[in-house]
Amino acid sequence: MATWHEYLRDEGRPPAWPYQIQFGQEQLIETDVLVIGGGISGCWAAIAAARQGVRVALVEKGDVKRSGSGGPGCDHWCNAPANPLSRVDPDEWAVHMADRTYCNGIGLQIQNREDFDTLLEMEQMGGKIRDTEDEFLGAEGRDDETKFMISPRYGTIHSYLPDPHMGEPGFNPPEKRNNVVIRVWGNTFKPVLKKECKRLGVQVFDRVMGTSLLNENGKQGARVIGATGLNGRTGEFLIFRAKAVILATAGAGSMWLMSMEHGGYSNMHSRNINGDGSVMAWKAGAELTMMESTGVVGIATGLKHKWYTGAGDASYENVPLVDAKGRRLPYPIQGWEDAGAMVPAPGTQEKVREAIMRGEYELPFYGDWPAMAEVERRATWNLMLTEESTTRIMIKTMNEAGFDINKDLQLSYKFIEGNSLPQWGSGGSGGLVVDWNLKTTVDGLYAVGTQMFCPEDHSYAAATGRYGGRKAAASVKDAGEFELNRDQIEAEKKRIFAPTGRDRGIEWKELHNGLSRAMQYFVSEYKTETLLKMGLEEIERLEAEAVPQLIAHDPHKLMRSIEDLSMMEYAKVIIHASLARKSSNPRMGFNRIDYPEYNQEEWEKFLTIKLVDDKVETGYLPPRYWGDMKQQYEAYNKDYTGVYAPGN
Amino acid sequence: MSEQNVFALPNIPTPSTPVSFNPDKCTGCNNCVETCPIDVFIPNPKKGSPPIILHAEECWYCGCCVDDCPTPGACNFNWPLPLKPRWKNKETGEVRQV
Ligand code: SF4
Ligand code: SF4
Repeated sequence: MATWHEYLRDEGRPPAWPYQIQFGQEQLIETDVLVIGGGISGCWAAIAAARQGVRVALVEKGDVKRSGSGGPGCDHWCNAPANPLSRVDPDEWAVHMADRTYCNGIGLQIQNREDFDTLLEMEQMGGKIRDTEDEFLGAEGRDDETKFMISPRYGTIHSYLPDPHMGEPGFNPPEKRNNVVIRVWGNTFKPVLKKECKRLGVQVFDRVMGTSLLNENGKQGARVIGATGLNGRTGEFLIFRAKAVILATAGAGSMWLMSMEHGGYSNMHSRNINGDGSVMAWKAGAELTMMESTGVVGIATGLKHKWYTGAGDASYENVPLVDAKGRRLPYPIQGWEDAGAMVPAPGTQEKVREAIMRGEYELPFYGDWPAMAEVERRATWNLMLTEESTTRIMIKTMNEAGFDINKDLQLSYKFIEGNSLPQWGSGGSGGLVVDWNLKTTVDGLYAVGTQMFCPEDHSYAAATGRYGGRKAAASVKDAGEFELNRDQIEAEKKRIFAPTGRDRGIEWKELHNGLSRAMQYFVSEYKTETLLKMGLEEIERLEAEAVPQLIAHDPHKLMRSIEDLSMMEYAKVIIHASLARKSSNPRMGFNRIDYPEYNQEEWEKFLTIKLVDDKVETGYLPPRYWGDMKQQYEAYNKDYTGVYAPGN
Repeated sequence: MSEQNVFALPNIPTPSTPVSFNPDKCTGCNNCVETCPIDVFIPNPKKGSPPIILHAEECWYCGCCVDDCPTPGACNFNWPLPLKPRWKNKETGEVRQV
């Protein structure tokens, strides 16, 4: 037997719930620093805080060992310009990376300054970051002395800004490359992070979702002094009292996807990501920004193929794309010949489409593995794809099924898959406003990794997590003692356990689908005040009519039900932010039909949004509100001691 | 299947079987139950037997359960039909799928 149905057939009854049911039973945990979210940034935050000698608790919805988007692995350690092979200055590179209107200059500066130290600490813990077995001798970018494998990404150009000379002979010569990105064996990372948490005495609460933050005197906007959690196996209610709380959960992606049977289908982010952290902070009175930035996500969302099961997905290093007749297509291959460019030159996609219509290119397209140099082929398949997130299992199953990189072309889904509404997503830019301590606008509350606005990649999550952990730990040293407000706890308890007290009603999947329908119709491509307000009304109707009927028969379904409530709140924040931005904005992919012009002078700014006495308030922050990145970083980090000395 | 075991059941959620267990190899150690970030599995009430797939449709195909299983061949990945990757032999043109 393997499935539930087989068990039922063989045993004549369903299995009993395997964990002790403890709906509403309380556990109180006292700590100094509480970290919510045990992915990459949360683990690093917990470790960094514990290394400062304070008590740390870490709450994770899954199991820290493999949870989060970086749980299965990561192949690129991006923006490590402090590495010995780099040809660029970390501060200058940070400014270069931040040369976009909407980005997070604070996080980027931290990443560029501390990312390489973070990587060396990863190696101390047991993570593999070098080609120590000499598997890839002779591969481009491999340094024989350090055994680092430099990635083609950001070779001589910015990988997101295509260059017209890409692919020409002599473009991207080895002696001019920036050498800022390192290929790593990221499948080894998450288990060693958990081990280090344990070694340092971090109290790890696996299978617990954070549900709310607790404010001083229970007042929205007042200092955050703790949080509540729900155990998704037992239904136990956890109450944390802490001197500082670090949020390290991530965005919400599936709000537009009207089938929760496919929630994990093509996702490149963990299925557990449902906006809980941002919503907790929102209700606690913290300020968010970029929430109106949503759009069609090109890869790994909706009902598309699983990321990398088709050739041509982003990061397909060095694999040339060819048409059905073997003709090379003019796409950059994120390889050495085009300096790691990840996006085609403007107009390329349209030119290829027209050529297809004229019959000059024939569908489908393929990734031409055999055309690659032997060692590059192996480095891409065995290192890059095997270590990168969910692609590891793809490589394993394809190898077992007889796929041969030396002989086979891998099918690409470009064009034949199309773009449609279910591909709409939150884009990942929305998040909490932070200062140079990674503190949010509410005292006692910090945000790291993808919890901040405009986040970046795995190593960004690691470096900012480590930084936020350090800062939060420093803050608790002179924080006083605060009493939790029982009324706030009771209200949360009532909200959380309401679905367990009903015999019949609506299950979480249907509620989710109701929400996604509202998002598809009213909060997607065609945005007007009328449509957005209809979306808001529809969600409010769901809250008034459907939520009181929500049922959950076991703790797992209760957890999914609470996630729905988070997503509904998250959706409302998106709508409020979209209503407040009264100007289309091509840089954010934000189109308002009723405000088609991009009034750049007035509207090129961060729109902020928060709750004050449960009323929505919007405001603005100028682009680059963080000031001079180098100066600010140095002013805030005079005591930074670099790589951790083990044994401390 | 004997007649007495035919129940009236709702449809099975799909995809239903993200991994398949080999009962001859699986030791029932439940490492995969603890590794899975989603709680796709629950432990089998029969000690030593393979876990039971309960929340199959919540799987995000991360592969960690298979990767981290200590017993080779006990836990095998099973792509749902629409997610199976495809390829073509460059010489012969033969198209294949996982
Ligand atoms: S499949 Fe592997 S990890 Fe899971 S119970 Fe069996 S032996 Fe243990
Ligand atoms: S592939 Fe990942 S999500 Fe799916 S059952 Fe295995 S561990 Fe769980």
